[in-house]
Amino acid sequence: MTAPTHHLTDEWLLDYASGAATEPVALMVATHLSFCPLCRANAARLEQIGGTLLETIPPVAVDRNAWDRVAARLDEPAPDAPPVRIGIPGVPAPLAAYLPRGLDAAPWAKVGFGAARAALPCVEHRGFKSSLLRIGAGRGFPHHGHRGEEMLLVLQGSFDDETGHYGVGDVAVYDEAVTHRPVAGPERDCICLVVTNAPIRMTGIFTRLLNPFLRS
Amino acid sequence: MWQFSRYRTGGRTAPRLRAIPNAGARGCDDRVSDPAFAQAAALVVALRAVATSHDRSAFAQLFAHFAPRVKAYLMRLGTAAGEAEDIMQDVMLTIWRRADSYDPAQAGVSTWVFTIARNRRIDILRRERRPTLDASDPALQPEAPVQADQAAQAQEWEERLGTALEELPPEQGEMVRMAYYEDRSHSDIAQRLNIPLGTVKSRLRLAIARLRLRFEEP
Repeated sequence: MTAPTHHLTDEWLLDYASGAATEPVALMVATHLSFCPLCRANAARLEQIGGTLLETIPPVAVDRNAWDRVAARLDEPAPDAPPVRIGIPGVPAPLAAYLPRGLDAAPWAKVGFGAARAALPCVEHRGFKSSLLRIGAGRGFPHHGHRGEEMLLVLQGSFDDETGHYGVGDVAVYDEAVTHRPVAGPERDCICLVVTNAPIRMTGIFTRLLNPFLRS
Repeated sequence: MWQFSRYRTGGRTAPRLRAIPNAGARGCDDRVSDPAFAQAAALVVALRAVATSHDRSAFAQLFAHFAPRVKAYLMRLGTAAGEAEDIMQDVMLTIWRRADSYDPAQAGVSTWVFTIARNRRIDILRRERRPTLDASDPALQPEAPVQADQAAQAQEWEERLGTALEELPPEQGEMVRMAYYEDRSHSDIAQRLNIPLGTVKSRLRLAIARLRLRFEEP
């Protein structure tokens, strides 16, 4: 497997590094980082900014008994370490927490055109939701636009659209300005992690009829 | 109001955060006499003493340095003083318990503490899962080969960062500070400052690009 060539922008990495990222966005970022050494290095540098800022912040007095209270607990047994997350082939650890039984066991629901969608149990924030999208090997998803922002991360297989070729670990970001027709690579079904804050908008003459029924 | 210019002391640029002097590597020469550098080095030594021998007096030193800063960080993010105090104590305990997971080749002590404070805060206040990179995930794509002087480089980066943050144009510095310390989405920042969202994004982008340049300098 080669390293991703489509990366996260600093904006997403910054939200992750600063802790401002909401659960769906953090899931997307952490999953991409699992695939991408370059973005890991960038995120680490953004965390260093946080560390530098911590050194420059004017300190605030702590409670008079703060040290005593902490010192009294130093001998307590440490709480159980978080369970070791067992790797699942093709599912990096951050995502595995949501898919304990793997990609195939996700709650897939057909959406037509050889594609299926599976919701992920992420807390919704400002309309952002997480889900999985599967497009059959070699199949195309109809030409569509977006009513908001949409991020795709390829977990398995690959797809091509007007903006490029996306393989495992690659991230594609779309907004209202982009319309595209993703076509899955022939090698196997393409499965993507999707974070979006609005339904897509079909732009084909016939598929437009579907618009009232589409959900994000 | 706190500003980056606060840490300009006596007209001289004084980046506060210096990481460890890595014995044998470059960077251990004249800096040893620099108080900020000596302090950062002392923090590393203290953290190692906690990791290897549960040294309480070393931990007291870390507590004295970080507890007031972590509390300040939490309060700046809008946490009330009482709750900030509780979370700070939790963060300090986490430092005590996980001291052995600190890797000086990856980052300075302050960066490590920052990530702990950031994570504990989300875990305690947000009550949602916090998807996070698992460095031990065997599925990770391998890193670039580790440089022999990586620790010295981590130290140099943080040093450069302090200077670079200080040299940002004020409006960009303000964006960075808000991004880290106010837990605000970009659109909240735009609303609060009464400037277009695009301006917030472009200022942040510019600021990060400038800071990144500092990393990429030879």
